Amino acid sequence: MQNINKEKRTLVDASRLIIESMARAGADAFIGYPITPANLLYQYGSQRMPLMLAAPDEITTLQWMAGLAAAGKVPITATSFPGYALMIESVNMAYMMELPMVIILVQRLGPATGTATCGAQGDLSLLRGNISGGHPMPVFSTSSFADCWTLSAKAVKTAVELRTPVVLLTSKEEVMTTKSFDLATLPEIEPVERKYYDLKCDGKYKSYKATGLVPDFLPVTQNKHQVRINASTHDKEGILQHSNDEAMANTQRLEDKIRHKLYDYIEYEYHESKGAEKLVVSFGITAAAAKDAIKKLEQQGKKVSLLIPKTLVPAPEVYIEIMESYNTVVVVEENINNQFSDMLYGIRKPANHRFVGSLGKMITPQQIIEEVQA
Amino acid sequence: MTTAFLNTDALPYCKGCGHDLIARHTTKALDKLNYDPLDVIMVTDIGCHGIIDKCLNTHTVHGLHGRSVALGAGISFGNMDPNKKIVVFIGDGGTTIGLQHILEAARLNLNMTVVVHNNYLYGMTGGQSSGLTPQGFNTTTSAEGNPFSGYDLCALTHAAGAAYTGRIMGIGDISDKLAEVFALKGFSLIEVLEICPSYGVKLNPRRKLQEIVEKSGKPLGDWTQEREPFEAHQGKKTDDLLSRLPIVKKAFNSYLKKPLSLVVSGSAGEGVQLAAGLISKAALISGLHVTQKGSYPVTVGVGFSTAEINLSNEHIRFHGINVPDMAIITSADGLAHNRKKIEAMKEGMLIIDSSLTAPQTEAEVIQHDFRALGARNAAIFSVFFFALKTGIISTEAIFKVIENEGKTEKLPLAKIKEALSVI
Repeated sequence: MQNINKEKRTLVDASRLIIESMARAGADAFIGYPITPANLLYQYGSQRMPLMLAAPDEITTLQWMAGLAAAGKVPITATSFPGYALMIESVNMAYMMELPMVIILVQRLGPATGTATCGAQGDLSLLRGNISGGHPMPVFSTSSFADCWTLSAKAVKTAVELRTPVVLLTSKEEVMTTKSFDLATLPEIEPVERKYYDLKCDGKYKSYKATGLVPDFLPVTQNKHQVRINASTHDKEGILQHSNDEAMANTQRLEDKIRHKLYDYIEYEYHESKGAEKLVVSFGITAAAAKDAIKKLEQQGKKVSLLIPKTLVPAPEVYIEIMESYNTVVVVEENINNQFSDMLYGIRKPANHRFVGSLGKMITPQQIIEEVQA
Repeated sequence: MTTAFLNTDALPYCKGCGHDLIARHTTKALDKLNYDPLDVIMVTDIGCHGIIDKCLNTHTVHGLHGRSVALGAGISFGNMDPNKKIVVFIGDGGTTIGLQHILEAARLNLNMTVVVHNNYLYGMTGGQSSGLTPQGFNTTTSAEGNPFSGYDLCALTHAAGAAYTGRIMGIGDISDKLAEVFALKGFSLIEVLEICPSYGVKLNPRRKLQEIVEKSGKPLGDWTQEREPFEAHQGKKTDDLLSRLPIVKKAFNSYLKKPLSLVVSGSAGEGVQLAAGLISKAALISGLHVTQKGSYPVTVGVGFSTAEINLSNEHIRFHGINVPDMAIITSADGLAHNRKKIEAMKEGMLIIDSSLTAPQTEAEVIQHDFRALGARNAAIFSVFFFALKTGIISTEAIFKVIENEGKTEKLPLAKIKEALSVI
């Protein structure tokens, strides 16, 4: 039972929690430009981050972030699809250069500029394949205000530890909604520890030589070792190559580091109801409706389990393992093409899978209940 | 022969290419200025100029076509050491792609030097025209001469605010000129003119650089202005976004029996979001759980303004409202935006301004003249009315919120109290 004397009840929006969490985790620069529904994040970023820069456009945003990251900063930005679409080449650049950064992607209704103030969950398919070559880039999805706190810090930590851009996927319905919230429930956030190549090493530093899967980082602002950062295919030293063995091994490593380190950043909730034959799977903003639906079904004496994936890309196999242990699986997401299942199964989804989708409207607990009982 | 800055004498350029001259004299100029190669960050992008990286003993950062200036700008923002030198290479093609980045870096007067390798065409991709190709110049995409004149890059960059802009021909020893530019503080851009031996020379036989430059109408020269280099002016900062949030204790009672979804809607500029905020905050100090979100057209100053509120004695997860339990409507805009929702109500309460015709609904309809205290106060008045009629929150709780926020003087509370006294 909650100790009422320790409660710190207030009204807060998720944007505030996300920015504060990232700042505490070690993000130190916010590069922003106005785009709905990410404007609160921009406002808070400008108030909180040691360095805030107003960029003139989306491509500049990502380029400045990459430059800052090369200089040793941990930059973040916030956008929605129209902005993210323009960033993708530069996101690929940062991925290839292995520069840490976090992009908060606030989903809104598309296609194109769609409806700026209407929520949606339509960007997963894009994120799953937005790196040329199909290489995975970590994507975390927040499904509650508590997630906005813990996963935001996790996103920063993952970006730094894996030397990669990371997307924190949220929605208009999260970042523009205010809720009563007990701040005392927020766990402490430890700042991420940055590890650098040992400057005392006499040997030649190679920017992309990795003893594990992640090469040691050095900023271009030190003068003990030469740093070569490259967006084109390159060898361990960072020198442009066409497709020799060393360069291909480097590109292979980019894929491997994200996949093989996955167990360091798998995040999901699994509420297993013993004896249940049905499973609801939902992520992001619809997970709240799913939780309410499960609760109501429980009150009616019906056992249903719930899986809330939070690490969406790369998708861990455990999601499939959990889903395969149920007779019926209901996947709930606010789009009309079941992007989560599409990512896991492609065009042939298992016959025992059902889908609750929506376009331009939040999915209600009742819609989920009806599908579970159908 | 290698130098402090070059690890080879065999630079990777076609015979006669001006890029070779620029690379050698850039490094020579840095040497003249006694830079340690590892205090120099060379930023290049796609284009023939960018293949120099491997020959350099400096830090090298190789980015996307047309983006090297923005990438270099990011490094400049992140660099706190005034002894570092950021030199950005870019071609005329890259300049065309990323012109905005150059203007932005010039506007902010960032500490960096951009060396534009202007050989009047995209070389690496096959000799196509760029935005800097002069009128009449032949390229593979304008065999009869470029029909358009090129940008005057120096004029644009100077106008944008660069501390220094200059245009020179890439002939002879240009290292002294480059050293002079590299030594400047703030943003400097030097446009070095050359002819691509693979495409420019072949497609424009017998034309000399001097003659091309003269006909282009873009004069050689220097353009300077006294400006302080960029310093991050970050304004007022907070070290914790949560520390100033008001922490509230329960101070009032609520008569809420079960979760309530409520829509408050009126016209933009009539205080709807403020009024909805009063409900949320009053509910919070009455021990309730609350969610609130706004909805308004893209043009925030006209049309409807709606707030959706959920109140509950328990933690609220799902906050969407399809059909509300209760609706407060204070103007025709608000009614138009919520008509379908109100018509779908099977129970609950509709509180609506008496100037409006209530739609067909199974909700209990209560009308009152909220606009009597003026349009700007209609929503605020309706919130007090809601409190009085439902007891879900008390009017005292609302007054307390207003007092806590120091808004007592800003709202016509005496008039509201008077109006409430006769309800």
